[in-house]
Amino acid sequence: MPRKEGWDKVTGAARYVDDMVLPDMLYGATVRSNVARGKIGKISFDPSVAWDEFVVVTAKDIPGKNCIALILDDQPCLAAETVNHPEEPILLLAHADRHKLRKAVDAVSIEFEPLPSVYTIEESEQQSAIIWGTDNTFKSYLVEKGDVDSVWNEAAHIVEGEYFTGAQEQLYIENNGIIAAFDPENGVTVWGSLQCPYYVHKALMALCGFPEEKIRVVQMETGGAFGGKEEYPSMIAGHAALLSIKSGRPVKIVYDRMEDMVATTKRHPSRTRHRTAVSKDGKILGGEIEFTIDGGAYATLSSVVLSRGTIHAGGPYYWPSVRIRTKALATNTPPHGAFRGFGAPQSLFAMERHMDSIAQVVGISPVEIRRRNFLEPGQTTTTEQVIREEINLNHLLDRALGLSGYDEKRSRFAEENKKRVRKKGIGIAAFLHGAGFTGSGERYLNSLVGVEAVVDGHVRVLVSSAEFGQGTNTVLCQIAAETLGLPYESVTIAQPDTKVVPNSGPTVASRTAMIVGALVQSAAKGIKLTLTKTGLLREDYTPEQFRAACREYIAARGALKSYVRYEAPSDVYWDDEKYRGEAYAAFAWAVNIAEVTVDLTTYAVTVDDFVALQEVGKVLHPVLAGGQITGGVAQAIGFALYEKVVWQNGRMINNQMTNYIMPTSVDLPPIRVFFEELGNIHGAYGAKGIGELPMDGPAPAIVNAVEDAIGVRFRAIPLLPEDLFEALQPESNAQSIPSSAPGTA
Amino acid sequence: MNPSPAADAKYEVSFTVNGDAKKVLVRPMERLLDVLRNELALTGTKEGCGEGECGSCSILLDGMLVNSCLVPVGQASGASIVTIEGMSAHALMKPLQEAFLECGGAQCGICTPGMILAAVHLLEKEPAPALADIREGLAGNLCRCTGYMQIFEAVARAARRRVAK
Repeated sequence: MPRKEGWDKVTGAARYVDDMVLPDMLYGATVRSNVARGKIGKISFDPSVAWDEFVVVTAKDIPGKNCIALILDDQPCLAAETVNHPEEPILLLAHADRHKLRKAVDAVSIEFEPLPSVYTIEESEQQSAIIWGTDNTFKSYLVEKGDVDSVWNEAAHIVEGEYFTGAQEQLYIENNGIIAAFDPENGVTVWGSLQCPYYVHKALMALCGFPEEKIRVVQMETGGAFGGKEEYPSMIAGHAALLSIKSGRPVKIVYDRMEDMVATTKRHPSRTRHRTAVSKDGKILGGEIEFTIDGGAYATLSSVVLSRGTIHAGGPYYWPSVRIRTKALATNTPPHGAFRGFGAPQSLFAMERHMDSIAQVVGISPVEIRRRNFLEPGQTTTTEQVIREEINLNHLLDRALGLSGYDEKRSRFAEENKKRVRKKGIGIAAFLHGAGFTGSGERYLNSLVGVEAVVDGHVRVLVSSAEFGQGTNTVLCQIAAETLGLPYESVTIAQPDTKVVPNSGPTVASRTAMIVGALVQSAAKGIKLTLTKTGLLREDYTPEQFRAACREYIAARGALKSYVRYEAPSDVYWDDEKYRGEAYAAFAWAVNIAEVTVDLTTYAVTVDDFVALQEVGKVLHPVLAGGQITGGVAQAIGFALYEKVVWQNGRMINNQMTNYIMPTSVDLPPIRVFFEELGNIHGAYGAKGIGELPMDGPAPAIVNAVEDAIGVRFRAIPLLPEDLFEALQPESNAQSIPSSAPGTA
Repeated sequence: MNPSPAADAKYEVSFTVNGDAKKVLVRPMERLLDVLRNELALTGTKEGCGEGECGSCSILLDGMLVNSCLVPVGQASGASIVTIEGMSAHALMKPLQEAFLECGGAQCGICTPGMILAAVHLLEKEPAPALADIREGLAGNLCRCTGYMQIFEAVARAARRRVAK
């Protein structure tokens, strides 16, 4: 089945927001803070500019509440008195001529009275300055299972480790952009590159002080998102809306690459500390995990990212006891935000690096340490969720080892490495990824999905779930077609437009195929049921009979629509207070194996082969599913080896594709993708989430392979040639980790 | 053309776009990318980075594959320009488009027009490329969605089909 909107994409006809022009449209631009934290002083406008030609908006022009409504509503749409990060928006300009606009932005100068700031997790937790709340902490969680305090005495080994992951830019190839148009009768309409139409809708209602029906949000074709267009489009939509309200004309704001990179969200940097009690034969007895993320200047989504990182921190292993303490801290950098994996790639990097450390201390192989600790059906996760699926992680591992030729390669590399400068290594990561919103999230979302049959008998799916490359359009149409026994070609999907589609929740959290898909399936069944109940259709029908029945129904009774609302499965229970219970309705499971070469002349690491084996429930569309995995692995290879955000006083200073390097077509290994299919009772046709999973495993698998190749224990990513160079100097202990202490029994 | 024109003064520039003669009144240092998109409404050419790294704005300029964000429009005076919109009749287009759809070579689609132009350019020079040739030939076009594997497959498949004919 070809991608629904595929033909438009391969002909160049697909319409993205920057391809759209409205009559009388102005262009908008943002004047931003050039300090990390400070009081806003005098704002001056260079008199050489004809300012009367420009629309100028400040916080005073905001008709409603000056915030980007999301969770805590602490982030202003335009800073009014103080700024809390570099590049914070302060003032907006619009003009019909983009050349004049660019010059005008430079002709506004703002004085600041600097305030003390913090830039790192360490500075924030030391509280050298309090920059948010009373203690710089957006959110903290505590997970406790069993009695971890009693395990240290019985441990044969206690293994400690500290691990770091850096910020990562989503780097969708289409920059962020929005067009807003206001008129007094209809209110504000925005068209944009975005993932979550109803997030933008909610934010604009609060900002403009307009009722629900006076805000309309339309998603245009979106050129990649990866989480980067989850929350930030609400900010740009707010800016464009304010300029449009003030000018009475449509306003387009499209960022260029430098502005997009310097001002918008990135993956949260993280620090994870493990202290693990292990038995003589390598079984985990219990442990303490501290996971901390840098949230940037405002709360935005950090609490939710932290939650997912917390729940995934123990990996796919059985912990008889564990204490997980986690926190999201404030720093004076632009807020970090959603990015594929959403906290899990960070805490799983630590877990999977730590497993290799434990293996070394115990004196067994990376394979064996995992075998001895894998979760099994009937056991419980760190949040005491019972594994009900018949997952066999040993089988998954065996298959991946076979596919990669692991055993043979590992011993051969060890032998051959003795006499060559290009050292080879092979590394493993095993991991899991929860599908859907964490804990009670899906219950709160309360998603609504519609399916509509139109008079010619074709069927239209009505959801706010957005297509941005993953295949939403195709998979949801496929589910409706399958349910109704219709050809794929006779099902279409509505363009996400809040005037047309119900709120099926945000397009995030690997929830679309599994959760929205299941609702589409039910809603499609509803159409069939309506037609059979009214006697217009027999159980066993042809597409022609279906079309005839639709015509007849619509002629007699009007629109034929079926809506279905999410109902939480009765056996999914979550305690938000104790952070305990069924964290996710389903997990996807995976084993990755990376083969690398470390060149001791250039200090470059290249990945030579990559095996990605995963159990994602039923694979609905093998080509699309495969594309999710290869794309995710590529992005994760970037996370591990290439993509470094360089910070200076809270600002990204390498905000260009020339010096922030993502993998090109010559940098990547063959990415070999394999599936196991167990099914899933909660998902449409047995599907689970898939989109985020491939982001979790490659980084630790690669760094484990680097250690296998050269015996150096790296604990931070990105791992660049300069890091290798430094670590390999004779006097260096830059990346060595604290050695394990023997048990104190 | 005046070698050091006032930055804001507009000049007439003529070239051929997709076979049609065009005249535009533009600032000579304006990017060809902007002129194609804004003056000529040829929006199939996309902006990704604005500095010649990503290849989303690839076009054919006198038969050469170039990043139109790096070309001042004045430099295109008299040139023959082909954008994705002008490629539909090209013998390689249909096989490539079909292979991209079958193999999953287009996800979000923003790099796709540039990627397909780069693939056409490659297959014109090398009708039966090895994997290494495909990797090399597409190295100037970044894709963040696919991890490239499905694009390689699509280009190889289109080439095989064409050679088989």
